[in-house]
Amino acid sequence: MKQGYWILAVLLSHWRRHPLQLTTLMVGLISATALWSGVEALNEQARASYDRAAAVFGGSRTAMLVGQRSSTFSQQLFVDLRRAGWQVSPVVEGRVRVQGRPLRLLGIEPVTFPAQAGSIPAIGASDLKSFITPPGEALVAPETLIALAGTEGAVLRTDDGATLPPLKARPQLAPGVVVVDIGLAQSILHLQGRLSRLLVGDTRGQLPPLETVAGDMLRHVAADAETDLERLTDSFHLNLSAFGLLSFLVGLFIVYSAVGLAFEQRMPMFRTLRACGVSSRKLNGVLLIELLVLATAGGLIGLVCGYLIAAALLPNVAVSLQGLYGARVSGALALRPEWWIAGLAMSAGGTLAASATSLLKVIRLPVLAAAQPYAWQQSQRRWLGWQGVTAAAMLVAAIIVLIVGASLISGFALLALLLLGAALALPVLLAFVLRIGERNSRQPLVLWFWADSRQQLPGLSLALMALLLALAVNVGVGTMVESFNKTFTAWLDGRLAADVYVNAVSDAQARDIEASLRARPEVTAVLRSGRAEIEIGGWPVEVLGLADHATYRDRWPLLESLPNAWADVRSGGGVLVSEQLARRLKRRLGDRLDVSTPAGDRSLRIAAIYADYGNPKGQIAVNIDAFTVRFPDLPRTRFGLRVPPGKIGPLIDDMREAFHLDESRLSDQSTLKMESKAIFNRTFAVTAALNTFTLGVAGVALLTSLLTLSHSRLPQLAPLWALGVTRRQLAGIEFLKTTFIAFITAMLALPLGLLVAWCLIAVVNVRAFGWRLPFHVFPLHLAELLGVAMLASLLAMLIPLVRLMRMPPAALIRIFANER
Amino acid sequence: MVDMSSGMDEAAMHIPQAPMLAIQNLTKTYRSMQEQIAVLRGVSVQVGAGESVALTGESGSGKSTLLHLIAGLDEADGGSIRIVDTEVTALADRDRAAIRRDRIGLVFQQFNLIPSLTVADNLAFQSRIAARHDSHWQSELVDRLGLGDLLKRYPEQLSGGQQQRVAIGRALAVRPPLLLADEPTGNLDEATADDVTDIALDLVKRTGCAFLMATHSTRLAAKLDRKVRLSAGLIS
Repeated sequence: MKQGYWILAVLLSHWRRHPLQLTTLMVGLISATALWSGVEALNEQARASYDRAAAVFGGSRTAMLVGQRSSTFSQQLFVDLRRAGWQVSPVVEGRVRVQGRPLRLLGIEPVTFPAQAGSIPAIGASDLKSFITPPGEALVAPETLIALAGTEGAVLRTDDGATLPPLKARPQLAPGVVVVDIGLAQSILHLQGRLSRLLVGDTRGQLPPLETVAGDMLRHVAADAETDLERLTDSFHLNLSAFGLLSFLVGLFIVYSAVGLAFEQRMPMFRTLRACGVSSRKLNGVLLIELLVLATAGGLIGLVCGYLIAAALLPNVAVSLQGLYGARVSGALALRPEWWIAGLAMSAGGTLAASATSLLKVIRLPVLAAAQPYAWQQSQRRWLGWQGVTAAAMLVAAIIVLIVGASLISGFALLALLLLGAALALPVLLAFVLRIGERNSRQPLVLWFWADSRQQLPGLSLALMALLLALAVNVGVGTMVESFNKTFTAWLDGRLAADVYVNAVSDAQARDIEASLRARPEVTAVLRSGRAEIEIGGWPVEVLGLADHATYRDRWPLLESLPNAWADVRSGGGVLVSEQLARRLKRRLGDRLDVSTPAGDRSLRIAAIYADYGNPKGQIAVNIDAFTVRFPDLPRTRFGLRVPPGKIGPLIDDMREAFHLDESRLSDQSTLKMESKAIFNRTFAVTAALNTFTLGVAGVALLTSLLTLSHSRLPQLAPLWALGVTRRQLAGIEFLKTTFIAFITAMLALPLGLLVAWCLIAVVNVRAFGWRLPFHVFPLHLAELLGVAMLASLLAMLIPLVRLMRMPPAALIRIFANER
Repeated sequence: MVDMSSGMDEAAMHIPQAPMLAIQNLTKTYRSMQEQIAVLRGVSVQVGAGESVALTGESGSGKSTLLHLIAGLDEADGGSIRIVDTEVTALADRDRAAIRRDRIGLVFQQFNLIPSLTVADNLAFQSRIAARHDSHWQSELVDRLGLGDLLKRYPEQLSGGQQQRVAIGRALAVRPPLLLADEPTGNLDEATADDVTDIALDLVKRTGCAFLMATHSTRLAAKLDRKVRLSAGLIS
């Protein structure tokens, strides 16, 4: 034990004497752990929120019956099933607005509610009476209570004018959810006699089959099946996880580099320890302990940093998830012990993985071999050939995955193979370029420039690989976001074709508004529209009803269409289908699409496919008249208006005054566009932040590599100084060399980044979201990133260069005399 | 015990009754793809307590190999090495490490100090891991080696002679029964080499350990109790 302590003290003394190396190692460990654990914290927070939301209505924890054809079904089915012995409990669900805030209203029937269905039993037996007897209770999460009124017992009205029961806080509930008695919910949501789902409780004995009782009206969703929300947000979280993992890898590059150099520098020390009687097993055991101590220290700091990163990014993630998927994520970060343990395990595992080759070398250490202070760099050179072969194999594998793969995972595998293959190929390519330079040089100093750059390459290659990866991902994601931005703006112009959007409170008010608008000469068109939700092939699909008008015909963002697409739609036989739905259902132009509506099934011809970026649900558009026939029960309250630009403001003011319509019911196109763009920007704010972090970590990797190299390279520089090259000149040459290598790396990162962007747009996006963006190249963005990369390299070079310029001649004499 | 100053013939030296180191018929052959080189072809030698023996021979004659085998840093092909009462050749790597730690002091030409430890910590290192640290003995070593002003320095801040004195101090800090030195003055000038050798011999006398030193220098070899010459893999 005591022996182990002294050995550990000796091993740790190395770090005390080389604080820079220790800093490098810790920076690597901290950034790797911080970025990975930060992203995981965000994902965990979001998933916890989904679980909370799912638990409210039994979601993933309870088996349930849902409508086969539409989002609601007749209450009679509940009665029939109960009579047949099925232990089912009805739930109705819909959206309401209170004080302009969208809320999910959930109606339940607590008497029949299954015990295993999550947090509803929190109502408690004593509260049951007050929940179901008038005026009842509206259960909300404490966050929602504060956001709405601040006190329990407050009575609120929905923006539609319906009165909610007195509020009561329940911590088990998800934010943004209001739970009331089912009868009240049906009344508020105008869904009398309709249900959204039936929760299935434990049933004993034989039951008649579902089909016998309910025909084909209902389908059974098993317990623990993935919720819609989880399925919809999976891609978003996968993207975040991929980023976290990439940052983790970049951090591990630093760890690998620092540990490799430290182990190599300590080889003579290890031999001395062995010579002094430390057994190989003991030495390796203590080395392992040392690494774990460092990994734990770095991991703990990394976790704290990860927590801060997550806390900083959480608001954006929450807004993105709500904007895109309607998923409510709690704004306060709550982390479970598992997160800390997983973070430390990742740190320890990553450190051991990055140190594996170095540890193996010590295990095999021949005690009698002569000391080779920089053999690590030499051995890296020997690996160059193998690295080239591995890189080629990975790139070939990437091509195979591109051709054969069809899943989202294979899309990410393609990206990983492409990035890793390119990173491994980088030193081989750089060595090739430098060799060409060397062969074409005659002047001694120039010749030395090339030869020394090549010698420097093994020590720098890991940092350069990290820089290449970070830059390529930046270019790739940046190009994708810019392409999206460019396409999104044009797409919004097409989709938000009307100038003003109105959603009346009731059919009666809609009729009044329409009559008043038709009397106003500045309103050139009143375009009735409708919106309903159905399911096709098990996926949620929105149905839009569009007026037959030039506004849509000229501007709707069609990607491909049959010759008489709009005429087809007008006739009621044609349908416009969103790109992601067409891909998901594997339907093409001219194919038939079976649509189930409350008025019966209909087979429609796909007349056109249109872009519907960012929508996780499928969408179809039909003529408004056909829509009204198929969804007779839906209120007819929506319409769009065409108004000349200068007249929009006064019109909206007049309508607000006349019909008391708030912003949620009356909005102009420019406001909607602004809101949509804001959601878009916040969605990618997280990606941009992670991008910046990754680039920052790569910059640190370059800095630390240059710093450690600057010391080990002094024996190479001292003779030149002794031969008459000044320290300033030496620093200049060093600057040129590193700039050149970094420039070549950055130049290679640009086409690689564009390839990454293509993969993201044409492969990953299509597989994750179902839509494909047009690919654009943005030269200015590329030039900007090139500038950032060169600036990062310059900053990384600064400290070693200043140190070299200021190095006292005595130090150089000593190096020249002793280390040659 | 032999008095080297009397100029007695090497072959006529007598061996102490209880040898600290006894080597019998030791063989070692290095094999490569192309050839086999028999470095030691049946070496036998003994060193008694308090005795100092110079191991001489040309470069490549196997001096270092012999020292490495004695220290258990390498494995012999045949023969026997006994240190006090332990047969080293029969031991596993772990036990050979324990023998090195507890019973052998090793001094190398390259000093092999631990660069990240101060002189004081380097001196105490082996005795600490052997759990035999004796601060009085360490103080005495510091005095005798003349390291009193250098204790807080790091190896890189010392001259070659100073570094070798620290290495000798480290080797003797555990009071080993056997001190092995492989060309300990190879990197030092004549005066410093004499100085270091004299200090080492003085400490050997004080501790009563057996001392086997490989050296090229006949002048330094003459300072020791007796000389053995290694030639063509045999003691001549």
